[in-house]
Amino acid sequence: MSANPKIMQGLSKKASERWTDFIVYSLLTLGSLVILIPFWWIFITTMKSPMEAFVMPPDWFPKPNFVKYTEIWEKAPFLQGILNSLKVALPIIIVGTFTSSLAAFAFAKLRFPGRNFLFLMLLATIMIPFPVVMIPQFVMFSELQWIDSLKPLIIPAMLGNVFMMFFIRQFMNGISDEFIEAAKIDGASLFGIFIKIMLPMVKPAVAAQLILWFLGIWNDYLGPRIYLSTPEKKTIQLMMADFNAFYVIQSDYPLIMAAAFIVMIPILIVFLVFQRYFVESLNFTGVKG
Amino acid sequence: MQLTEKKKEMWIAYLFILPLLLQFALFTVGPMIFSGIMSFTDWNIVQKASFVGFDNYKNLFQDEKFWKSLYNTVYYMIGIPVGLILAMLLAIGLNRPIKGSKAFRVIFYMPAVCSLAAVAILWQWLLNKDYGLINYALSWFGIEGPSWLGNETWIKAGLIIMMVWKGVGASSIFYLAGLQNVPKSLYEAAEIDGAGKFGMFRHITFPLLTPMTFFLVITGLIGGFQLFVEVVIMASNGGDGPNNSAVTLVVYMFQKAFNYYEMGYASAMAWVLGIIMFIITFIQFKFQDKWVHE
Repeated sequence: MSANPKIMQGLSKKASERWTDFIVYSLLTLGSLVILIPFWWIFITTMKSPMEAFVMPPDWFPKPNFVKYTEIWEKAPFLQGILNSLKVALPIIIVGTFTSSLAAFAFAKLRFPGRNFLFLMLLATIMIPFPVVMIPQFVMFSELQWIDSLKPLIIPAMLGNVFMMFFIRQFMNGISDEFIEAAKIDGASLFGIFIKIMLPMVKPAVAAQLILWFLGIWNDYLGPRIYLSTPEKKTIQLMMADFNAFYVIQSDYPLIMAAAFIVMIPILIVFLVFQRYFVESLNFTGVKG
Repeated sequence: MQLTEKKKEMWIAYLFILPLLLQFALFTVGPMIFSGIMSFTDWNIVQKASFVGFDNYKNLFQDEKFWKSLYNTVYYMIGIPVGLILAMLLAIGLNRPIKGSKAFRVIFYMPAVCSLAAVAILWQWLLNKDYGLINYALSWFGIEGPSWLGNETWIKAGLIIMMVWKGVGASSIFYLAGLQNVPKSLYEAAEIDGAGKFGMFRHITFPLLTPMTFFLVITGLIGGFQLFVEVVIMASNGGDGPNNSAVTLVVYMFQKAFNYYEMGYASAMAWVLGIIMFIITFIQFKFQDKWVHE
């Protein structure tokens, strides 16, 4: 009684696939632990007293104790910091998304002399990083007496984002001109076409870019570092970093980690809620494998 | 009639792109020209500037700390290939239709959304010599971990580990997007030809991922030359580290401009950075077609 060789082959193949699955699964789990354990580590640190944080081997499951989370608000104006960060981020993404997509529309669908040249010229600025222009910008804003205010962080960015313009334009290129021609015949203005036809069609691309941009502004450190000095005017990242520099001398790690955790949590929640957009935004980058 | 319509469209188009053009003129090109001029002066904000010719550049190329900062900046880039190899492996794993692969993706991406400042603060604690998680984990293997951030030889390694930890998830998501564009039929054909798993990786997966690798290397280089936040938060003496072992180009530029107000000297550094960026862009445009498998 010999088993059917075909079935045997099928079985062994399945077994080897399962074996590969098992190995892949184990490695991915290991990788996830490497990512997650540091987050857990700071979380349990926040539950401890400074002395308990220095006990080795560490207590991996300390008694829940949220006293550090109440303490941080008394020790630094973190709420003001969050407000300041919102004061920077919201005007930028609201106005900037509008200006960026308006320009994207012009570059994608309107005809005018110098279109390609101007587009490439703007695109080239992506390669000029902020540190290259930060010194002259600082000098310029100090002439305007804008130093130690949020204005230098808001005004330039409000004019738009070349990155965002580029991706939205890519998307708009894919929309047929017929929609526009038809709307023109119906007597719609170009601005009306932009608002009523183009913008709704590229909404997912805009949303994805908007979230990424918000994240970039929220997480920015170098810009605020240069311009802001009064504690009450600082953005949340800067406030947290200064808080760290101050309390690290006293080795109050639980307090520092509570502050870092408070800063990270809202972003992680935004990410978990909108993670679809984060992954989708990659599909809009136009980078093909 | 037709002509005026065209003219009208033209002016409206210019109006639509005006904000971005203003940004370009006022906050990019204008400042670049200004900093180019500044780099030939000895301006320190307080006193009036006077032209010093190429003195700033001459001094810069004789400045030991400048070379050290450039060396460190390039050294940190060991993290790029390390990160990309890990990211590619992760992506290949994630590309298998296994249960929970979406959850894995979310987990690996988590450090990428956290701010550099927060991650730097978190890792400064993880890398603590006596009470940090990293040295505690090393102790399980009988290794006595170094004082990562207090030690000239280990500080860069510590920062590189942190950067890989932060960046690997995002790169792997990019690779995953690349993998999903690889036609399945190629693997099926290779299987019929009797190719092994490694052969398929070497001859199909890896070459088809080169455009993505190229993209990630370029973005890695651009980011790498701007390294600032992690270093300034984690390294002692305002980002210098022990014996200038951690300082980067941008950190040094920042110190010169905003701690010492040597605006001319710092502008010369900004221009060196700008020229490096130009070279990277040039390489990107020039060699993309040659290196990248189509």
